[in-house]
Amino acid sequence: MSWNDSMIKQAKKIIKMYPQKRSAIGPLLHLAQSKDGYISDDSIAVISELVGITEVQVKSVSTFYSMYKQEPTGKYLLSVCKSISCEINNSKEIIDVVKDFTGLNNNETDENDLFTFEAVECIGACGGAPAMQINYETVEGLSSENTIKLCEWLKEEQPDVIIAEEMQDNFGGTKSFDWAIKDQSGTTGSVPGFQTFNTTKEKK
Amino acid sequence: MKETLLLTKHMRENPEDSHLIDSYEKNGGYETARRTLINGSPENVLEEIKASNIRGRGGAGFPTGVKWGFLAENEDRYLVINADESEPGTFKDRILLERDPHQLIEGIIITCFAANIKNAFIYIRGEYAKPARRVQDAVEQAYQKGYLGKNIFNSEMNLDLVVHLGAGAYICGEETALLNSLEGRRGEPRLKPPYFPAVKGLYMKPTLVNNVETISSVPWIVENTGKEYNKLGVEGSTGTRIFSLSGHVNNPGNYEIEMGSSFGEFVESLGNGIRNNKKVKAYIPGGASAPWFRGDQLDIKMTIDDVANNNSMLGSGAVVMMDEDTNLVNAAKSIVSFFAHESCGQCTPCREGTTWLEMILDRVASGRGRASDIDLLLDVCDNISPGLSWPPKMTTICPLGPSAVSPITSLMNDFREEVESLIPTKVLL
Repeated sequence: MSWNDSMIKQAKKIIKMYPQKRSAIGPLLHLAQSKDGYISDDSIAVISELVGITEVQVKSVSTFYSMYKQEPTGKYLLSVCKSISCEINNSKEIIDVVKDFTGLNNNETDENDLFTFEAVECIGACGGAPAMQINYETVEGLSSENTIKLCEWLKEEQPDVIIAEEMQDNFGGTKSFDWAIKDQSGTTGSVPGFQTFNTTKEKK
Repeated sequence: MKETLLLTKHMRENPEDSHLIDSYEKNGGYETARRTLINGSPENVLEEIKASNIRGRGGAGFPTGVKWGFLAENEDRYLVINADESEPGTFKDRILLERDPHQLIEGIIITCFAANIKNAFIYIRGEYAKPARRVQDAVEQAYQKGYLGKNIFNSEMNLDLVVHLGAGAYICGEETALLNSLEGRRGEPRLKPPYFPAVKGLYMKPTLVNNVETISSVPWIVENTGKEYNKLGVEGSTGTRIFSLSGHVNNPGNYEIEMGSSFGEFVESLGNGIRNNKKVKAYIPGGASAPWFRGDQLDIKMTIDDVANNNSMLGSGAVVMMDEDTNLVNAAKSIVSFFAHESCGQCTPCREGTTWLEMILDRVASGRGRASDIDLLLDVCDNISPGLSWPPKMTTICPLGPSAVSPITSLMNDFREEVESLIPTKVLL
């Protein structure tokens, strides 16, 4: 096994949450991705051993879901929504702006491993269309100008914790609803920031 | 037209801390659950839910009381909250998860008491990281207070609640696919019969799968009685409902209203009309799966039955307005691409059909269509859902394939000239 002790400890904690071990595969794949930025063959082997099912079964689960990346992702995963409410609110323009800025096509990562770009299906921000997520933190009500500013900010500041509220305040516009709560926690990688995976942090 | 606030009352009145347990309790939170567990009976809770006539808020609109009544006897039974909200246009569960997670947890406690369930799960889509964090914090607060875990409110009841994050698959909103996913499998829907969740659900044990909004309504119903809830709205569509309004409206957002007014009234009043005083060309009454209505059909009432009688569905309550300048072929293409991307691949008509629909629509939209493409599109649709009727006939395990047919039949029935105008009349060399 090549996960370190603290990862294995975390993994065992996750497995215990479920009546049957196999249910932990999903969370363990998120955990794997928080380590490497993608699902490595090595992680597949570790999960297979921890859960007690074959590697190919783990692999078949990992390739089903779009959030488990089969190739390494950059520090920032830029996911621009293209579903109906965003589509009719000019998401194509936002997609073009991000493509131009990063020089990337869909599902590509730049050579500095800074950005990965993807056009994605509905992220549940339809009232604030067009919208995108950076490492699964949502920004709503985007304009082309603000999208460029957001990308520039990421490139220059390279924040370690991505916080939806911070991005929304500086670069967002119309929201799906009043966010109201001034949360200061966010994600620490190109994975969902969530307590169970140790991938969320408050801003210092 | 005014909102009626049941589920969104606490968050409206306490905007800054509605997600915290202290704020929730200060406003009477967890009192209903406490009283129910100490003095109530499971039968009474079930009776109130049945009397409320609430119908599921996930999309299918199945009566919740009836669903609970189907749950088979077994020592191990499970409750799974479907928070995999992914239907394009829908963002109502997001606000309930982000801004009032304790209301949902209280609903879960009462539901599990009524159904004698000791293990519950909240399955939240992976892209909802922030809502999931808020719910996880709330769950931990509830454990600390002794509202989850062993001997809840010093009663005999034990309940464990796990927040589970999905990983980007719309199909997991389909209840049997969700259960497969929660078991650590690919999110492929199961055949019904035999795999009705109420009989053979999670780990092949009887399982209730309910939507976030449905279970968030449980505390109000039990506190105020099903009879009072039944008075709200109209027959067949009782209570309030949170509609997600988006598209070309001045004020998009989530609005909690009693069902029964017309779409036009809703958009003019709460949505503050269409941007730049434009006219509505078409609108989607219930999420991307629902067949569209024309702009001259805004007088249709927002009830489950009225929408169904007009050959569409209220679905997840997502209303998307498209103004007169909208390129409807591109809009349809966006929806079809969505379903092509989200097809799980099990059933051939859906896997192949949605992909072909996407390719044909793409060439039509870009001006490279062929004269035969309209017939071809309809023929592919007919292979997915024979007869192109509503409700759709199925050749597939789940309704995802037929959902991709909705925007195409909408285009062909009501906006055929717009499609035809894009097809070159001369042969391109």
